[in-house]
Amino acid sequence: MPSSGMHGDEPGIALTPVDIDTTSVPRGGSTTARFRELDASGLVLKALRLAVFYLALLALWQLLYSLHVWSPYLLPSPSDVWHSFIDYVDNGLIQKAVRASMQRLVIGYAISILIGLIIGMACGSNKYVDETLGSLVLGLQSLPSITWLPLAILWFGLNQNAIIFVTFMGSVGAIAISARAGVQAIPPLYRRAAATMGASRYQSVRYVLLPAMVPSMAQGLKLGWSFAWRSLMAAELIFVTMGLGHLLNLGRDLNNMSLVLAIMFVIVAIGLAVDRIFFARVEAWVQERWGLEAA
Amino acid sequence: MASETFDQETRLPPKPKFEAPAERMAAGGELMALRGVTRHFRTRRHDTLAIDRISLSVNEGEFVCIVGPSGCGKSTLLNIVAGLDHPTGGEALFDGRLIDRPGRERIVVFQEPALYPWLNVRANVELGLKIAGIGRSERKRLADRYISLVNLRRFEKAYIHELSGGMKQRAQLARALAVEPRMLLMDEPFAALDAQTRDVLQQELQEITSRLKTTVIFVTHNVREAVILADRVVVMTPAPGKLKTEIAIPLPRPRGPDSHAVVDLAARVRTELQHDIYAAQSAEDSYAI
Repeated sequence: MPSSGMHGDEPGIALTPVDIDTTSVPRGGSTTARFRELDASGLVLKALRLAVFYLALLALWQLLYSLHVWSPYLLPSPSDVWHSFIDYVDNGLIQKAVRASMQRLVIGYAISILIGLIIGMACGSNKYVDETLGSLVLGLQSLPSITWLPLAILWFGLNQNAIIFVTFMGSVGAIAISARAGVQAIPPLYRRAAATMGASRYQSVRYVLLPAMVPSMAQGLKLGWSFAWRSLMAAELIFVTMGLGHLLNLGRDLNNMSLVLAIMFVIVAIGLAVDRIFFARVEAWVQERWGLEAA
Repeated sequence: MASETFDQETRLPPKPKFEAPAERMAAGGELMALRGVTRHFRTRRHDTLAIDRISLSVNEGEFVCIVGPSGCGKSTLLNIVAGLDHPTGGEALFDGRLIDRPGRERIVVFQEPALYPWLNVRANVELGLKIAGIGRSERKRLADRYISLVNLRRFEKAYIHELSGGMKQRAQLARALAVEPRMLLMDEPFAALDAQTRDVLQQELQEITSRLKTTVIFVTHNVREAVILADRVVVMTPAPGKLKTEIAIPLPRPRGPDSHAVVDLAARVRTELQHDIYAAQSAEDSYAI
């Protein structure tokens, strides 16, 4: 009548007492590999669906063009756009514009990372700073950054610093907010462990606080980047110097809609490339390092 | 609050035949002393006395276990020794000096594995050494030594989320030992582990600390664990936390979990605790209602 499993409950006579032996050798990537295998056939199908969708879109565009619904200067054909693109690559203007825009973006974005981190960490670690400065940051989030351009031109003059400022204002809020969340999400145990190891204030920021913020920062940096990119394009469009926004304006001035469309494609392509290549890698790295539960 | 799991024995604990004096097992002099340490927690509505006038002395090389039901302030006591908390009355001395801040000479091993997930096992162990300002080659040597000591050599490249609970606590122990502290403060480090892993780690901790002659204060609610590990068991009563009694454990090492001497002494400690446990449990029950 009594169940046979009863003896097994006594401590000390279990069959596998050592925890090491019961655990498989961990090495990151085994789970990812399994996911990749699982996805291999699904990925092909997905690519096929995407290709069909975009080819259909392209065909529709071509069809609208061929039916002359709108005149060609309002809606150029796909091949016109392609030729404009090739022309402006050949004369080097697109490369020059991309270089100029990227330079501004990198400067504005870098400054906003620095300032955003400082603001966010201050808000995250001090209640009074959070109440005051934090509320200001949140409030300014509802202000489109392009509205800073008139002031920026007055402050910085008619040069690219005004554009950099608008780019900075576009992304600093998102980065500050995620840094604040990052600090607040750090388990108190991490700080206590650092304290018991005798860490100074500087050491606990450098070795514990900053690395612990990385998972939430990865999100904020990505968001900040896309805000910076949009703000930059808006500013360049209004305030004319060399850059992708300037080329858009040039296309309008020359009544060259195919150039405008070509530049729009370039803007999308750069945005997508940074997102899918750079930030996707950052996210994968965060997942592997910080574990799935952190993401 | 985790549910209290005491290893229940089927027979009743025998009545204690003698009252052993709280004799000092270790040869070294006094390393840590608490003199009338009291800790109030004041909030707007409550004024809680967590621990009340506790005096305790720990000698160099001694392994002291503090047992008591949950909520008796034993973790608060440990935090005060660690310098992570401060007494509101009395004084806590380490090596004759007032404890006013945390420091690596009194390192804590926490109940939850306080390891950093962005670092692998080796980097976690080396971090404490890095903070201590120890150079690279010396860091490597010490990390090698203590990672081997806790049997984690095969897993030194693994990240924390890839480890089992037992391995995490091994890693935390290695990190604490690597800075070669003068005192190890362990706050229920095995409480969240399964029984088998706990048995193994208790044996290993015994072996390591007697080999290194580490001074340890080990907080637990597990009576058998206390008797296996300690030179001296300190029993605390709850609400407010007071020292009830000290029981010397003069048993030869290594001590197995099921040896008669261990079981007998555990029964004695349990008798000391029993009344207070019931008191605490009925208090908790009324709390739940």
